[in-house]
Amino acid sequence: MITLKYFASLKSIAGKEEEKLDLGSETTVQKLSETLAKTTPQIGEMIQGKKILVSINQDVATLDTIIHDGDEVAFLPPFSGGSQ
Amino acid sequence: MGTVMESKVRIQREDFSVTDEIEAIKKSSGNIGGIVVFLGTGRELSKGQNITKLNFEHYPKMAEKKLEELRVKAIEDYKIIDMSIIHRIGEIDIGENIVLIVAAGEHRKEAFVACEWAIAELKRTTPIWKRETTSTGEVWVQDTP
Repeated sequence: MITLKYFASLKSIAGKEEEKLDLGSETTVQKLSETLAKTTPQIGEMIQGKKILVSINQDVATLDTIIHDGDEVAFLPPFSGGSQ
Repeated sequence: MGTVMESKVRIQREDFSVTDEIEAIKKSSGNIGGIVVFLGTGRELSKGQNITKLNFEHYPKMAEKKLEELRVKAIEDYKIIDMSIIHRIGEIDIGENIVLIVAAGEHRKEAFVACEWAIAELKRTTPIWKRETTSTGEVWVQDTP
Protein backbone atom coordinates (compact mmCIF):
# COMPACT_ATOMS: atom_id res chain seq x y z
CA MET A 1 0.00 0.00 0.00
CA ILE A 2 1.35 3.45 -0.92
CA THR A 3 0.07 6.89 0.04
CA LEU A 4 -0.51 9.51 -2.63
CA LYS A 5 -0.64 13.19 -1.70
CA TYR A 6 -1.91 16.02 -3.88
CA PHE A 7 -1.02 19.65 -3.23
CA ALA A 8 -2.34 23.10 -4.18
CA SER A 9 -4.08 23.14 -7.60
CA LEU A 10 -3.76 19.36 -7.92
CA LYS A 11 -6.21 18.80 -5.05
CA SER A 12 -9.11 20.14 -7.06
CA ILE A 13 -8.01 18.29 -10.20
CA ALA A 14 -7.73 14.98 -8.34
CA GLY A 15 -10.77 15.77 -6.20
CA LYS A 16 -8.87 14.66 -3.09
CA GLU A 17 -5.90 15.51 -0.91
CA GLU A 18 -4.74 11.99 -0.27
CA GLU A 19 -5.43 8.40 -1.24
CA LYS A 20 -4.06 4.94 -0.55
CA LEU A 21 -3.24 2.65 -3.44
CA ASP A 22 -2.29 -1.01 -3.49
CA LEU A 23 -0.03 -1.59 -6.47
CA GLY A 24 1.02 -5.09 -5.51
CA SER A 25 4.72 -5.41 -6.21
CA GLU A 26 7.29 -2.67 -6.74
CA THR A 27 6.43 -0.14 -9.39
CA THR A 28 7.88 3.01 -10.93
CA VAL A 29 6.67 6.59 -11.18
CA GLN A 30 6.07 5.99 -14.90
CA LYS A 31 3.85 2.97 -14.20
CA LEU A 32 2.03 4.81 -11.43
CA SER A 33 1.30 7.70 -13.82
CA GLU A 34 -0.18 5.21 -16.31
CA THR A 35 -2.41 3.77 -13.58
CA LEU A 36 -3.53 7.23 -12.50
CA ALA A 37 -4.18 8.28 -16.10
CA LYS A 38 -7.03 5.77 -16.24
CA THR A 39 -9.01 7.62 -13.57
CA THR A 40 -7.56 11.15 -13.74
CA PRO A 41 -5.98 11.61 -17.18
CA GLN A 42 -4.88 15.18 -16.42
CA ILE A 43 -2.68 14.06 -13.52
CA GLY A 44 -1.15 11.26 -15.59
CA GLU A 45 -0.37 13.67 -18.42
CA MET A 46 1.18 16.23 -16.08
CA ILE A 47 3.50 13.60 -14.57
CA GLN A 48 4.57 12.23 -17.94
CA GLY A 49 4.94 15.72 -19.43
CA LYS A 50 7.00 16.78 -16.38
CA LYS A 51 4.62 19.65 -15.69
CA ILE A 52 4.66 18.69 -12.04
CA LEU A 53 7.26 17.17 -9.74
CA VAL A 54 6.87 13.84 -8.03
CA SER A 55 8.49 13.13 -4.69
CA ILE A 56 8.92 9.84 -2.88
CA ASN A 57 9.32 10.07 0.87
CA GLN A 58 10.05 13.81 0.48
CA ASP A 59 12.80 13.34 -2.14
CA VAL A 60 12.28 14.44 -5.74
CA ALA A 61 11.88 11.43 -8.04
CA THR A 62 12.12 10.79 -11.78
CA LEU A 63 9.91 8.64 -14.02
CA ASP A 64 12.31 5.71 -13.48
CA THR A 65 12.36 5.90 -9.69
CA ILE A 66 11.11 2.73 -8.03
CA ILE A 67 8.22 3.00 -5.59
CA HIS A 68 8.19 0.53 -2.70
CA ASP A 69 5.37 -0.62 -0.51
CA GLY A 70 4.75 1.89 2.29
CA ASP A 71 6.19 4.87 0.35
CA GLU A 72 4.64 8.32 0.42
CA VAL A 73 4.33 9.69 -3.11
CA ALA A 74 3.49 13.37 -3.50
CA PHE A 75 2.49 15.34 -6.58
CA LEU A 76 3.87 18.86 -6.53
CA PRO A 77 2.76 21.61 -8.92
CA PRO A 78 5.21 24.46 -9.66
CA PHE A 79 6.19 26.19 -6.42
CA SER A 80 5.25 29.76 -5.57
CA GLY A 81 6.53 30.42 -2.09
CA GLY A 82 8.44 33.51 -1.01
CA SER A 83 7.51 36.83 -2.52
CA GLN A 84 8.53 38.77 -5.59
CA MET B 1 4.73 37.66 18.38
CA GLY B 2 8.22 38.36 19.57
CA THR B 3 9.14 34.81 20.49
CA VAL B 4 12.28 33.64 18.78
CA MET B 5 12.45 29.87 18.69
CA GLU B 6 15.61 27.78 18.67
CA SER B 7 15.42 26.52 15.09
CA LYS B 8 17.03 28.64 12.39
CA VAL B 9 14.55 27.32 9.83
CA ARG B 10 10.84 27.54 10.50
CA ILE B 11 7.51 27.31 8.74
CA GLN B 12 4.79 28.76 10.89
CA ARG B 13 1.34 30.31 10.86
CA GLU B 14 2.08 33.11 13.28
CA ASP B 15 3.88 36.34 12.46
CA PHE B 16 7.52 36.89 13.36
CA SER B 17 9.49 39.84 14.66
CA VAL B 18 12.25 40.94 12.29
CA THR B 19 14.10 42.67 15.12
CA ASP B 20 13.99 39.61 17.36
CA GLU B 21 15.30 37.40 14.55
CA ILE B 22 18.18 39.78 13.86
CA GLU B 23 19.06 39.89 17.54
CA ALA B 24 18.92 36.09 17.68
CA ILE B 25 21.33 35.61 14.78
CA LYS B 26 23.77 38.15 16.26
CA LYS B 27 24.22 35.70 19.12
CA SER B 28 25.60 33.08 16.70
CA SER B 29 29.03 34.67 16.68
CA GLY B 30 30.92 37.68 17.86
CA ASN B 31 32.55 37.84 14.44
CA ILE B 32 29.45 38.97 12.55
CA GLY B 33 30.13 42.26 10.82
CA GLY B 34 27.30 42.46 8.30
CA ILE B 35 23.68 41.29 8.33
CA VAL B 36 21.46 41.37 5.25
CA VAL B 37 17.72 40.88 5.62
CA PHE B 38 15.16 40.01 2.98
CA LEU B 39 11.57 40.49 4.07
CA GLY B 40 8.83 39.45 1.67
CA THR B 41 5.40 40.96 2.29
CA GLY B 42 1.91 40.59 0.85
CA ARG B 43 1.39 42.86 -2.17
CA GLU B 44 -2.05 44.04 -3.21
CA LEU B 45 -1.50 44.11 -6.96
CA SER B 46 -0.60 41.06 -9.03
CA LYS B 47 -0.73 40.94 -12.82
CA GLY B 48 -3.05 43.94 -12.85
CA GLN B 49 -5.52 42.48 -10.39
CA ASN B 50 -6.26 43.63 -6.87
CA ILE B 51 -5.57 40.93 -4.34
CA THR B 52 -7.64 40.84 -1.21
CA LYS B 53 -6.03 37.87 0.50
CA LEU B 54 -3.15 35.42 0.20
CA ASN B 55 -3.00 31.86 1.39
CA PHE B 56 0.12 29.72 1.60
CA GLU B 57 0.24 25.94 1.74
CA HIS B 58 3.30 23.72 2.21
CA TYR B 59 4.31 20.08 2.14
CA PRO B 60 5.20 19.43 5.77
CA LYS B 61 8.57 17.77 6.39
CA MET B 62 9.75 18.22 2.78
CA ALA B 63 9.50 22.03 2.92
CA GLU B 64 11.39 22.19 6.22
CA LYS B 65 13.99 19.77 4.87
CA LYS B 66 14.53 21.89 1.73
CA LEU B 67 14.90 25.07 3.78
CA GLU B 68 17.48 23.43 6.03
CA GLU B 69 19.43 22.15 2.98
CA LEU B 70 19.29 25.66 1.55
CA ARG B 71 20.56 27.20 4.80
CA VAL B 72 23.47 24.75 5.05
CA LYS B 73 24.43 25.31 1.39
CA ALA B 74 24.28 29.10 1.78
CA ILE B 75 26.59 28.95 4.80
CA GLU B 76 29.04 26.60 3.06
CA ASP B 77 29.05 28.08 -0.44
CA TYR B 78 29.01 31.78 0.43
CA LYS B 79 31.16 31.52 3.57
CA ILE B 80 28.67 33.31 5.74
CA ILE B 81 28.49 32.73 9.48
CA ASP B 82 24.80 31.96 9.87
CA MET B 83 21.40 32.23 8.21
CA SER B 84 17.84 31.98 9.40
CA ILE B 85 14.83 31.40 7.19
CA ILE B 86 11.21 31.75 8.26
CA HIS B 87 8.19 31.29 5.99
CA ARG B 88 4.60 31.77 7.05
CA ILE B 89 1.71 29.63 5.88
CA GLY B 90 -2.06 29.98 6.07
CA GLU B 91 -4.02 33.15 5.44
CA ILE B 92 -1.99 36.32 5.05
CA ASP B 93 -3.37 39.81 4.54
CA ILE B 94 -1.96 42.51 2.30
CA GLY B 95 1.07 44.16 3.91
CA GLU B 96 1.70 41.30 6.31
CA ASN B 97 5.02 39.47 6.58
CA ILE B 98 5.41 36.34 4.44
CA VAL B 99 9.04 35.33 4.43
CA LEU B 100 12.21 36.37 6.20
CA ILE B 101 15.79 35.53 5.34
CA VAL B 102 18.57 36.80 7.57
CA ALA B 103 22.12 36.30 6.30
CA ALA B 104 24.96 37.10 8.68
CA GLY B 105 28.54 37.30 7.50
CA GLU B 106 31.89 38.55 8.59
CA HIS B 107 31.54 41.19 5.89
CA ARG B 108 28.53 42.61 4.02
CA LYS B 109 29.48 41.34 0.57
CA GLU B 110 28.98 37.62 1.17
CA ALA B 111 25.84 38.30 3.21
CA PHE B 112 24.22 40.22 0.31
CA VAL B 113 25.03 37.49 -2.20
CA ALA B 114 23.90 34.66 0.11
CA CYS B 115 20.62 36.39 0.91
CA GLU B 116 19.74 36.99 -2.74
CA TRP B 117 20.69 33.42 -3.67
CA ALA B 118 18.62 32.02 -0.79
CA ILE B 119 15.33 33.71 -1.72
CA ALA B 120 15.69 32.69 -5.37
CA GLU B 121 16.53 29.12 -4.36
CA LEU B 122 13.65 29.00 -1.87
CA LYS B 123 11.20 29.90 -4.62
CA ARG B 124 12.71 27.28 -6.92
CA THR B 125 13.08 24.31 -4.60
CA THR B 126 10.76 24.59 -1.61
CA PRO B 127 7.30 23.00 -1.81
CA ILE B 128 5.27 26.04 -0.81
CA TRP B 129 2.34 27.31 -2.85
CA LYS B 130 0.51 30.61 -2.90
CA ARG B 131 -3.18 31.10 -3.56
CA GLU B 132 -4.37 34.60 -4.38
CA THR B 133 -7.91 35.79 -3.81
CA THR B 134 -9.14 38.57 -6.09
CA SER B 135 -12.57 40.01 -6.85
CA THR B 136 -12.93 37.41 -9.60
CA GLY B 137 -12.06 34.38 -7.49
CA GLU B 138 -9.16 32.34 -6.20
CA VAL B 139 -6.14 31.18 -8.16
CA TRP B 140 -3.06 29.10 -7.32
CA VAL B 141 0.04 30.97 -8.46
CA GLN B 142 2.54 28.92 -10.42
CA ASP B 143 5.70 30.98 -10.72
CA THR B 144 8.23 28.27 -11.39
CA PRO B 145 7.86 26.14 -14.51
